[in-house]
Amino acid sequence: MSTVTKSIFTPELAAYFDRLVTVYPLKRSALIPMLLYSQDEVGYVSEAVIQEIAKRLDLFDLDVRSVLSYYSMLRTKPAGKYNVQVCTNISCMLRGGYEILDHCKRRLGIEHKQTTADGMFSLEEVECIGDCCSAPAMQVNYEFHDELTPQKVDEILDEYAAEDRK
Amino acid sequence: MPRLVSHPDEVIVLKRRFGQGAAKIDRYIALDGYAAAQKAIAQGKDAMPGWIIDTMKASGLRGRGGAGFPTGMKWSFVPKTSAKPKYVLVNGDESEPGTCKDHMLFREDPHAVIEGTIIAGLAIGAKTGFIYLRGEYRTLLNIMEHAVADAYARGFLGKNIFGSGLGFDIITQTGAGAYEVGEESALMESLEGKRGVPRIRPPFPAVVGLYGGPTIINNAETIANVPHILLMGGEAYCQLGSERNGGTRLFSISGHVERPGVYELPMGYPLRKAIYEVAGGILGGKELKAVVPGGASCPVLRADEIDIGLDFDQLAKCGSMLGSGGIVVLDETVSIVEFALRTIKFYQHESCGWCIPCREGTDWIKKTLTRVYEGGGAKKDIETVQYVAENMMGRTFCPFGDAAAMPTLGFVKKFRKEFEDYIEGKKAGTPLMTEEHILVGAGH
Repeated sequence: MSTVTKSIFTPELAAYFDRLVTVYPLKRSALIPMLLYSQDEVGYVSEAVIQEIAKRLDLFDLDVRSVLSYYSMLRTKPAGKYNVQVCTNISCMLRGGYEILDHCKRRLGIEHKQTTADGMFSLEEVECIGDCCSAPAMQVNYEFHDELTPQKVDEILDEYAAEDRK
Repeated sequence: MPRLVSHPDEVIVLKRRFGQGAAKIDRYIALDGYAAAQKAIAQGKDAMPGWIIDTMKASGLRGRGGAGFPTGMKWSFVPKTSAKPKYVLVNGDESEPGTCKDHMLFREDPHAVIEGTIIAGLAIGAKTGFIYLRGEYRTLLNIMEHAVADAYARGFLGKNIFGSGLGFDIITQTGAGAYEVGEESALMESLEGKRGVPRIRPPFPAVVGLYGGPTIINNAETIANVPHILLMGGEAYCQLGSERNGGTRLFSISGHVERPGVYELPMGYPLRKAIYEVAGGILGGKELKAVVPGGASCPVLRADEIDIGLDFDQLAKCGSMLGSGGIVVLDETVSIVEFALRTIKFYQHESCGWCIPCREGTDWIKKTLTRVYEGGGAKKDIETVQYVAENMMGRTFCPFGDAAAMPTLGFVKKFRKEFEDYIEGKKAGTPLMTEEHILVGAGH
């Protein structure tokens, strides 16, 4: 049974969390997945998210914040609907990762960790995402896109923008 | 999505089911899937653990995450009886720059990881296994979770696996972005819902691990090897490799090569052939300058040092490491100073901050190399970098400090002239980073 009567999450996610806290030998193990899945739904880890997760796991808000600040994928401010994450680590750098990053900056008119005015795209330079043999690579939300060229990036971003208009 | 590649020199064990739809359980079973777990169970409850561990020892399999510790021996360290539950923890936090082999495994053969986890559990008497994937691998985690659900539905997981009367559960877990969590003790901390900082050892995880119980922690590729080894026999697997380095390995070859990709080559395979034949040679017919042979933390090799076999011992003998098998190839246009700076920028960003030599050392090396790269370096900067790096070595809770210091020392020692040239105002190579790239973005 959930300790939370009025959840800020959708009923599906709240039910998933109800179950998740029961699967581990210690329920605190659910903390990192809960933070990431909350972010996926809410858009970022808000104060309300921190409070509800703390309550569900019998932790202090501070415990949650301490963990939250450690993991680079977790954010406390909203990002764009499509978060474009360009890898510039060694394998990608050698194959043009920085060109791809600069192309994204120009095309979207934003810098690292900024969001377009319409809230559609945000941009992030990230460390190795594990797609080194098809470099340069990026992720949009969780989808991998690789063997990138500036032209291919344009096509990919156009597709996301079109998907949004549907 | 990384593409599937092949080459006639490959010796196929792990890649046997790649490209064949083996993420679907029926297809996996049709391709001898779950036969190894049943073969283990058929040994009988009493003989089974010893049989598995003996087979693993005979296979000569060494950990594919980077350290190269013999897997069978690691498993044999777990006490037979324990007041606390024992666990298997599969490390799929693949984050070593230049490495994308586990990515392929999770996508192409997720059940091999599950079956290997079950067998590891049977070997040490654990009832629960965890498969931890880095947060960036959400699409792959989805594949793994489907596979786990299918295995439960068939009775391969749960209270009575394969009708044996034995129980085994698998819990999948996501990370949320942290290179350090790939270190085994930080991985346990993360799985316990904490910041991923390392634990001091001893006690080693085989005695006091996850939730205080005896735990074996293996890389996903190591675990995926296990069913194959049980089916083909330990000796047969061992003979595929070189002396004291059993079997085959997934090598992620990236950077300036014509055909980058994840290739399965026997341990001890010549590095020169891996670059010039398997991966098709240097991109655009340029000259080779250097190779990072096993992921970003492994000291660089010069072009004249590549006549060497790819196994743990041969790489160690020449002062580098086989690491996670990520071979990054640098052509003649690369500035080693820039490459060294990008590497330390990564480590500075990812240092968890728990141990001062690592936290401060990576920052000072980054600052000093930035100055050298930008042309404001002083003669003593090279000594400063070496001094700081040498004093990080062996002075931290986990191997991260070494992982940051070793490549730095490698670059400075092997390409010292280039660093001196930068200090004298002579830059080398074609720059890939601008000043803005150095000052903002990842690594900040």
